[in-house]
Amino acid sequence: MFHIFCPYCQEYREEEEFHPSGQAHLVRPADPASVSDEEWGDYLFFRDNPRGIHHEMWVHRLGCRKFFNITRDTATYEILETYRMGEQPSITAANAEVRREQGVQTADGGWQTVGAQPENSRLNEETPS
Amino acid sequence: MTQSNRLNQGGRIDRSRRLSFTFNGQQYTGFAGDTLASALLANGVDIVNRSFKYSRPRGIAAAGPEEPNAIVQLGASEAAQVPNVRATQQALYDGLVARGTNGWPNVQRDVMSWVGKLGGSFMPPGFYYKTFMAPASMWMTYEKFIRKGAGLGRAPTEADPDIYDHFNQHCDVLVIGAGPAGLAAALSAARAGARVILCDEQEEMGGSLLDSRESIDGAPASAWAEQVVAELSGLANVTLLPRTTANGYHDHNFVTLHERRTEHLADTAAGAGREGEVRARLHRVRAGRVVLASGSHERPLVYANNDVPGNLVAGAVSVYIRRFGVVPGQRLVLSTNNDHAYRAALDWQEAGREVVAVVDSRAKPDGDLVKQARDAGIRVITGSAVMEATGSQRVSGAKVVAIDTERFVVTGKVETLECDTIASSGGYSPVVHLASHTGKRPQWRDDLLGFVPGEVKGMHFAGGVHGVYALGETLTDGADVGAEAVRAAGFEEAAAIAVPEVAVRQESPTSALYQIPHEKPPLRAPKQFVDLQNDVTAAAVELATREGFESIEHVKRYTALGFGTDQGKLGNINGMAIAARCLNRSIPEVGTTVFRPNYTPVSFGAIVGRHCRELFDPERYTALHQWHVENGAEFEDVGQWKRPWYFPQKRRADGQERLETMHEAVARECLAVRRGVGILDASTLGKIDIQGPDAREFLGRVYTNKWAKLAPGRVRYGLMCKDDGMLMDDGTTSCLAENHFLMTTTTGGAAGVLEWLELWHQTEWPELQVYFNSVTDHWATMTVTGPDARKLMSEVTDIDLDREQFKFMDWKEGKVAGVPARVFRISFTGELAFEINVQANYAMHVWKALFAHGEKYDLTPYGTETMHVLRAEKGLIIAGQDTDGSVTPEDLGMHWAVGYDKPFSWIGQRALTRPDTAREDRKQLVGLKPKDPKVVLEEGAQIVLDPEQKIPMTMMGHVTSSYYSPVLESGFALAVLKGGRNRMGETVYLPMSDGSVHQAEVVSTVFIDPKGERQNV
Amino acid sequence: MSEARSEDNGGNAATFDTHPGADAGVTPESPLQWSRVQGRVTEEGGAAEQIRVVERPFLGHLVLRGGAITLDEAVRAELGVSLPGKPLGLVLDAEGSRSVQWVSPDEWLVIVPAGEEFELENRLRARLGDAHFAIVNVGGGQTLLELSGEKARELLMKSVTYDVHEHGLTVGKAVGTVFAKTSVVLRRPSEERFELVVRRSFADYCVRWLRDAGREYGLRVESASH
Ligand SMILES: [Zn+2]
Repeated sequence: MFHIFCPYCQEYREEEEFHPSGQAHLVRPADPASVSDEEWGDYLFFRDNPRGIHHEMWVHRLGCRKFFNITRDTATYEILETYRMGEQPSITAANAEVRREQGVQTADGGWQTVGAQPENSRLNEETPS
Repeated sequence: MTQSNRLNQGGRIDRSRRLSFTFNGQQYTGFAGDTLASALLANGVDIVNRSFKYSRPRGIAAAGPEEPNAIVQLGASEAAQVPNVRATQQALYDGLVARGTNGWPNVQRDVMSWVGKLGGSFMPPGFYYKTFMAPASMWMTYEKFIRKGAGLGRAPTEADPDIYDHFNQHCDVLVIGAGPAGLAAALSAARAGARVILCDEQEEMGGSLLDSRESIDGAPASAWAEQVVAELSGLANVTLLPRTTANGYHDHNFVTLHERRTEHLADTAAGAGREGEVRARLHRVRAGRVVLASGSHERPLVYANNDVPGNLVAGAVSVYIRRFGVVPGQRLVLSTNNDHAYRAALDWQEAGREVVAVVDSRAKPDGDLVKQARDAGIRVITGSAVMEATGSQRVSGAKVVAIDTERFVVTGKVETLECDTIASSGGYSPVVHLASHTGKRPQWRDDLLGFVPGEVKGMHFAGGVHGVYALGETLTDGADVGAEAVRAAGFEEAAAIAVPEVAVRQESPTSALYQIPHEKPPLRAPKQFVDLQNDVTAAAVELATREGFESIEHVKRYTALGFGTDQGKLGNINGMAIAARCLNRSIPEVGTTVFRPNYTPVSFGAIVGRHCRELFDPERYTALHQWHVENGAEFEDVGQWKRPWYFPQKRRADGQERLETMHEAVARECLAVRRGVGILDASTLGKIDIQGPDAREFLGRVYTNKWAKLAPGRVRYGLMCKDDGMLMDDGTTSCLAENHFLMTTTTGGAAGVLEWLELWHQTEWPELQVYFNSVTDHWATMTVTGPDARKLMSEVTDIDLDREQFKFMDWKEGKVAGVPARVFRISFTGELAFEINVQANYAMHVWKALFAHGEKYDLTPYGTETMHVLRAEKGLIIAGQDTDGSVTPEDLGMHWAVGYDKPFSWIGQRALTRPDTAREDRKQLVGLKPKDPKVVLEEGAQIVLDPEQKIPMTMMGHVTSSYYSPVLESGFALAVLKGGRNRMGETVYLPMSDGSVHQAEVVSTVFIDPKGERQNV
Repeated sequence: MSEARSEDNGGNAATFDTHPGADAGVTPESPLQWSRVQGRVTEEGGAAEQIRVVERPFLGHLVLRGGAITLDEAVRAELGVSLPGKPLGLVLDAEGSRSVQWVSPDEWLVIVPAGEEFELENRLRARLGDAHFAIVNVGGGQTLLELSGEKARELLMKSVTYDVHEHGLTVGKAVGTVFAKTSVVLRRPSEERFELVVRRSFADYCVRWLRDAGREYGLRVESASH
C-alpha cells in the first residue's frame, strides 16, 4: 500500500485516495493529422515497462482532483519523488543509481526461495544494502 | 480429571480460577492464564492430532506460533466454529470446546494408520506434483479425498454471530514484539514523546522475559517486563496492543496487525459479556518507523521418530514449566548443539522431575549453563545426539549415539535411555518473516547459523531477529535501536534509555547440527520429520535432490515442505540444510527464503471488517427513493445506485390478486409512455457544470461533434471518444449561458468522464480557461414523457410549452409545482419528453405534485427496464451496453454526430482514419428482427451466416440489446454485425447452447417512428 | 427563455435561485430523509450518548474556482474572512456560521447559512467581473454532519484513512479522504467537533456506517426535520 505525497495538498496520503493514470510525460502530437499511422499508433498504444526508475502519472482522485507525476522504482516500489504537472523529474534512470534486485517472485505457499546455485549466491551478494 | 502434570506452585497462572474445557469430547480443567496447549499438557493429553499425510499420532511440540501439530477446530456451536487455531496461541476460557483438526475419524484410534503403514507408496514425495499433472479435471476428485483425509479444518455452515472491524492507525514508531528488545525499544521511543504502538502476539507482554532464568537489576526478568509495561500503559502517546499479531508488512511501512479482542474470553463477544463489541480488529498501521523485535524460533533437531508425542522443542519445555507450572512428562532427555537449551534440563530438574541425560553434539561444551547442569548432577553425554525416539503413542526411550557431523555418520554404539520426553534444540532461527514481505531477501550468517533480515527502508531490527541473543545485549540493542528509530522519525533529541544490569553468561559456541545421522542409510531409517505439519521427511528432501531438484524452491514444491498454515517456521532451515548436505553445498547456496503475508492465519472476519452485509458496498439513493420503495419498485443496481427497475402492480386474475410479472409490468409501462404519459427518475445521470470563456472550445475538443454555434437555451447530443477513436460515453450538453454549459453523462460514466475532462485540461490544455464540477447529486431529474406529457406539464408549470416557443432540444427555466426548475426538451424514448431538473431537496415535492395532477392522465412511473425497451425501439444506444470500447461512432452509424471539419483535431479524430478503424467490414450496429416474433434473442448471442457450417463457425457479430416490444408485439434486438449496414434484409442465424438456431432479419436500428415525428410534436 | 430568475452576469454564466421561497409552501427533504424513515435518524436532542452525529441540512454550499488572489479579495469583501491560501486550510467567520475551505489550488468550498448562497453568488460574481473564475451551487448535492463526543475520534479511525490524531487533523484543517467505501470531506472546525461533508446519494450509507461502527460506544444520529 503506497504512501504518496500529493504535491498540491502538500501531504502524504494513503494510496486509496489516488488513482494511477499510466506513464507520465506522454506528449500528444501537436498536429495529429500530420503524423503517420505508425507514429499515431505508437502514441496510442506503446508504453515503457522498465525495471527500475519509472515516471507515472497519478491523480489525487478523492482529494484535490489534481494530476501529478511520481518517480517510482518498479523493482523496490520506492517512490523517489512526486512533482506537479508541468515540472520535470529530478531523478531519472539516467542520473539515478539504479538498484537492480532480481529474481524474487512471490510463491503460493507462504515462504519462498530464490534461485539455485550458482546464480543465487551471486544474487545474495547483490542484495542492496 | 486431575491435572497430573501441573506443579503445585510457580507459573503465571491463577490457580484460584479453575476453567473447564472440552477437547475431543473429553472434559478437562485448567487455570486462568493457561493456553489450550498448556492446559492439555497439564492434563497429560499426549495425542492432539493425526498427521496430515501418514496419520501418525502427534502431540504438542512447541509453545508459540511455530507449533506444527496442535492445530485445532474451535467452537462450541456451529456458528462459532474457527478452523486452524494453534492450541499454543489460544488462551483458555471457561467452556472452551476444541477438537483436533485431523479428527477424522478419531485422533485416539488408529483407523487411518493404514495410510501411515502404506506410507511412501500411498503418497510418496512428489505425490502432488506427479499425480496432479494428470488430467486437471480429476483434481476436484483428488482434492475432496485429500481434504477429508487431511482435515484442514472446516468453515462454519452458519452465519458468524460476531462483528469485526478495521482501525486506521498512524504512529511515529511501531514496535513489533514485546520481548526484552521490543520493550526497551518502545520505552526509548515513548520517552521521547513519539506516538508509539507496541504490539505482541501473546496474551501477556514480555516475550522470553516471562520464562527467563535470568535476573534484571537483581530481580526476576519478568518483573522488569511488568514494570516497563506499566510505565508504557500510563503514557498517552503509547498504544499497547497485546494479543495482536503483526501479520503483514507492506510497502512504505504499512503494517497490518490482527488484534484478537474477545477470543481469549469466549466463543463469541456476546458470550464474553461484550455484546456489540468486535471480536477481532485489523489495524492498518502507517508507521513512520518500524522496529522489528520479533525474536527467534528454536529449531528442533531432525532424528528418527522425532514426531512421536513427547518430542518437544527444548525452549517449549521451559515455557511450560516456568510460565504455566506444567511439566510435560516425567523423565527427560535433552538433545542439543548449544548452551541455551540447557535451561530446559535445569528447569525440569528444579520442577522435581528426572533428567535422564543431556546429549550434546559438541565435544567439549563448558559454558556456564553446562557447568550448572553438571553441578546439579545431570549426566552430560558429549559428542553425541539422540538418533531415534522409541515408542508409538508416546516416547518410551531415546537411542543415543556418538556422531561425526562432518562425515554425517554415527561413530559409536547405540545406547537406549529410558525416558518419556525428548527435548531437542538445533539452535535459533531469527523470525525474519515481516522483513521479507516486501521481497527483501534475508542474509545467511555463518556465525549465527541462521538468516537475518536484509535491509528494509524504514525498518529497524532489535534483538534476536538480527542475532542478538544474550539478555544484556538484547536490552542494550533494543534501547539503542528504539532511540535510533525515534530519531529517524523526527525526534532528533531522543536518547536511549538507561539499560538495567544483567549478569553476563559465558557460552560455548554452538555447532552446526540439523539432521542426526542414523545407523541405517537415510532412506531406510525410520522417518525423520523435517516439516511436521506437512509430513515432510528428511528422506523426501533427499529423494527430491536425487530426482534433480536442486533449488530449495523446487524441493519445496516437490515435497510440500513449508506449505499450509505453517510456512516452514520450524522445518524451513532444516530442510535447506538437508538439501545442502545432499547436494554438497552450503545452505545459502541452496537458496534463501522469502516469506509473504500473512505470518499466521487471519480470520476472514477481520479481513472483511464492517464491509459486509448491508455495508458490503455503498448503496446510492436518489431523492425519490422513499417514493419508489413505497410504490413497490423492484430495484436494479446500476453501479452503486439503486434504480427502480420496474413497478409491478397488483392485478386480478382468476379471482385472485397477484403482482404483475416483470414482463407484464414492463409491457404496461411501455404502452403507457407510447400512448399516454410516463415518468422516470433520471437523477442518476452524471451532470457536470462547465464554466469559463473556453468552455465551448473545450467541448469541441472532447466531443466528436460541433459546439461552436450552440446558443444559450439549446441542447445538443454529443459523443465522446478516447483518442483511439472508440466511443467512451455519450450524453446531452446544454448551453446555459455563453460561457456556461451543463453536461450529462451516463450513470456509470459520471466519475470517469469528470476525471477524463480534468485529465485533458490539466495535462494537455491547461491554457484553456474552463472549470469542471460535478453537480450530479445537486439536481434531481424527472423525465415526463409520452403523448400526454405537454398536457400534464401545462398544469404544473409557468413555462410556455407551445411547440414553437419550446422546441425539441430547447431548455427553459421556470417553476414546476412552485419549485424553480430547468426543463429540457430532450427525449430518450422517442416520445414528447420534458426532463425536469430541480434542486434535489425539492424533488419529492415536485414528483408528488406531478402525480397529483397526473392521475387523470394515468401517469405511469417506469423503471430502467422500460427505459431500455423504449430507447432500443428508437435505436438509441447505451454506451457500455451496445458499445464495448471497440466501437467507433462510424460503426454505430452516427457519422451525423462527427465533425470531421472541425479546426482542432479533437480526441479520437486522428484514429478514425487509421487503417483498422476505416475498414469496411468492421462490426456495425444494426437491428435484428427475429423471424419468430415470440423469440427474444439472448444478449451476447453470436451471429453466423451459415448455420450448417462446422464448428468453429465464422462468427460475424453478437446481440448487444434485446427485448420484447409490446408495441411491435415482437421481440427485437440491436446487434453489431460485420459489414452490417450492407446486409439489410439478409437473414442471419443465432445458434444457441441448447442446439436450437434462431433466425433473424437484419433491419434498421430504428424500429418505431423512423422519421422522429413523435418527439417533435 | 421564460421569465428567468437566472441572470447572465459575472463570468457570462447562468445563475439560478433554486429555492422556491418561504411563501411557496414547499417542504424540502434533507439527504437523510430516507434514513429518518428507516429509523436511523432521530429528532435533535435526547439522552447523552458517547458520540453525537447531528445533520446540518439545507445549508448553502458553493464551490469557488479560480486564482487565489482574485478570489481572496472578493471573499474578504463579501464574507469578512480571507481565503485560506495554504493547502487544507479551513476558516470560519466570527459567528462560526460561514466557512471557507481549501479544496485544491484553484478550488474552495464555501458553506453559509441556508438561503444565503444565491445572493452571495451574485455579489461575488459582481465583484469578480471579467476575471476567470467559476462559482457552482452544490447545496442540493451534499449535507453536513457534525460529530462530537469523547469517542468521535475513535469512530473516525474506523471510518477514514486520514490521520485524525490532533497532530494530523489540527483545528482549522479540512481534507478530502476515504470514508469506508466512499469519500467525504473531513473538517476540524474546533477542538470539540469534527464535520463530515457527505454527498447526498451516499448520505444514508455514511449514516449506516457510523451507526454500525459507533454501536459499541453508543451513538445517535440526529437531524431537525425542517
Ligand atoms: Zn491532493
